[in-house]
Amino acid sequence: MKIAVCIKQVPGTMQVDIDPDTGVLQRAGISAKMNPYDLYALETALRLKQQVGAHVTAITMGPPQAQAIIKEAYMMGADEGVILSDTRFAGADVLATSYTLAGGLSKLGGFDLIICGKQTTDGDTAQVGPAIAEHLNIPHVAWVKTIEHMEEKSIVVEQNMEDSLEVVRMSYPCLISVEKDIYTPRLPSYLNKKKTRNKQISVLTLDDLSDQSEENYGLSGSPTQVERVFSPQPRDDHTTWDCEQVDGAELLYDLLATEKFI
Amino acid sequence: MASIRVDNSNCDLCGDCIAVCPFDAIEQTEDTIQINAACKMCNLCIEACPRSAIQITQDTQSVNKDEWRGVLVFAEYFEGKVHPVTFELIGIGKKLAAQVGMKTHCLLIGYNLESTAQMLLTYGIDTVFVYDDERLLRFSADTYTNVFEDIITTLKPSIVLVGSTSIGRSLAPRVSTRSRTGLTADCTTLTIKQNTDLVQIRPAFGGNIMAQIITENHRPQFATVRYKVMDCAPVVAPFGSIEYADVTDKMTDTKIEVLRVIAKDAAPSITDADVLVVAGQGVKDKSDLALIEDFAHALNGELAVTRPLVEKGWSDYTRQIGLSGRTVKPKLIITCGVSGAIQFAACMNASEIIIAINTDKTAPIFKIAHIGIVGDLYEILPSLIEKIQGDCEYAI
Ligand SMILES: Cc1cc2nc3c(=O)[nH]c(=O)nc-3n(C[C@H](O)[C@H](O)[C@H](O)COP(=O)(O)OP(=O)(O)OC[C@H]3O[C@@H](n4cnc5c(N)ncnc54)[C@H](O)[C@@H]3O)c2cc1C
Ligand SMILES: Nc1ncnc2c1ncn2[C@@H]1O[C@H](COP(=O)(O)O)[C@@H](O)[C@H]1O
Repeated sequence: MKIAVCIKQVPGTMQVDIDPDTGVLQRAGISAKMNPYDLYALETALRLKQQVGAHVTAITMGPPQAQAIIKEAYMMGADEGVILSDTRFAGADVLATSYTLAGGLSKLGGFDLIICGKQTTDGDTAQVGPAIAEHLNIPHVAWVKTIEHMEEKSIVVEQNMEDSLEVVRMSYPCLISVEKDIYTPRLPSYLNKKKTRNKQISVLTLDDLSDQSEENYGLSGSPTQVERVFSPQPRDDHTTWDCEQVDGAELLYDLLATEKFI
Repeated sequence: MASIRVDNSNCDLCGDCIAVCPFDAIEQTEDTIQINAACKMCNLCIEACPRSAIQITQDTQSVNKDEWRGVLVFAEYFEGKVHPVTFELIGIGKKLAAQVGMKTHCLLIGYNLESTAQMLLTYGIDTVFVYDDERLLRFSADTYTNVFEDIITTLKPSIVLVGSTSIGRSLAPRVSTRSRTGLTADCTTLTIKQNTDLVQIRPAFGGNIMAQIITENHRPQFATVRYKVMDCAPVVAPFGSIEYADVTDKMTDTKIEVLRVIAKDAAPSITDADVLVVAGQGVKDKSDLALIEDFAHALNGELAVTRPLVEKGWSDYTRQIGLSGRTVKPKLIITCGVSGAIQFAACMNASEIIIAINTDKTAPIFKIAHIGIVGDLYEILPSLIEKIQGDCEYAI
């Protein structure tokens, strides 16, 4: 069984500011870490490895410093690590990100199961997983809450829907994106840290992928373009009304209706 | 966008490409090789061809926006109900369409949909496209994507709106990817330019900044929107029509089999709730908590309490907000008879909208409340609950 886990490096804090004059994001000096939701994806792969035996590959697309999270994945127990890194991948939206990751996954080849986190804390779209599955033409189930069991040709999982849980069987190869709390992520082990200190990380660039047309990657492969970013208007108005003067129930009713709570 | 072409003059019809294609997208006709619409641009044939006769060519021509018309709303139908986000998508969809003279349509997928399709028409929809088949009874990302692809190729909509629900967020990225176009998730504001470009605003970095996004050179433009962000469309005299589309075996072919459906026992948690109503010591008797709870439920929210109420044994510790309880950050929090001590306030003051009801106008809670009501909860709440329950719920 071959399992791939998609992990991403994200800023250590989401407290980003915008320069009020230039409108440019100020991200300097912000530490980076593994997307917390991807720890659950990685843990899921490692549990399956313990249960049924599997080779676990951690894969990420990002700048060279994103190797840090592959090292972290090694310390948790991943067998192999791959980073897709190329300046031509920069500026990718959902389509281009998923296309690049799908390209890397096909290049490595032979995965029975691909596991993604529920969402990232910076992109925050929860869309990359299903999009990867579409590029690879394999089925996917999102919001996986429990893995019931693994069969020879398929996996049985519990999918978390709005008002119900659905138990579904899906044949390999396939992709799942897992919910937070599916398993408690293990801590990186000191023993693994020592063992994997010099473990190699494969680097793939655009030249290693089968589609080499630059137009399909990074900014130029991204149909969506950010026109501008701005700070949200915080709610800092405070008004106090006295029921001696107004009808409190009526006032609240109108307010709740305007804010669409009723 | 890129496309794949075969240089037939260089091809010796060895058939390697046909054998390697996972999508049956390559056909041999007489003495040429053709690539059909099933091609997913996986490029396996390019690598397989021994004579390098298959190439990728770049289509630099930008999209013809006039060919793509109309707003298509995905009417999410699940377990016999239309998800209420649908009516909000119709509301914004109709506004956008009106500004550039386009129509608004719905896509309805499921089984036994006739009355639902009729109901959708009362929201002022031009055409409801219905894919009604027993095999589509339950959502599955692969079959629903196939159906979606069918309507996109036949209708060619300019804009596609999908709810940011469990289903919508699993479906929309697949469909937009298949259409090789952009998708903007969780938009909070949508406007339209005269050239039909959709201006999409969404929060990024956990809501710390807002990004304005456009999909300039691709159609359709996909956006997802969360429930309770847009205004619901008003009910009108129906004028549109219902069109039943064919459901083919190919569309319903699936690798995902639903084995069991388990209803969720809604174990409410105050940390997850979007709306909280908090009872403090202004509530005089344990039995009066029912009033606060009724109010919370009328808003689809949860009851929370201050510490003294837990100490009196009136409520469970899991509902306590504060330093020795839980921290909450709901969209709306309404405190009833809560003074607003720092140990309480510090753990709820990041909430989006804070409303306080308290008889004492000097209570500290009024310093953090966005809307303060100086008044008696026993007078305000009963008539407010009555007003809310007088409103009719969403149909079907
Ligand atoms: C170390 C420490 C930790 C603590 N941790 C917590 C904690 O986790 N959570 C917590 O809640 N507290 C905590 N406390 C206690 C906190 O200091 C307050 O005592 C408590 O929050 C007060 O609760 P209250 O607002 O419900 O009651 P009160 O302070 O008694 O306020 C009741 C309010 O109701 C109003 N009122 C009365 N009748 C009406 C009416 N008919 N209509 C409308 N309003 C009315 C009154 O004007 C008054 O303002 C902690 C304290 C300490 C020292
Ligand atoms: N750059 C990336 N590299 C690897 N995996 C990614 C990347 N971006 C997103 N993912 C995966 O897709 C999931 C959803 O991401 P998102 O759509 O950005 O919320 C993440 O939890 C990851 O598993």
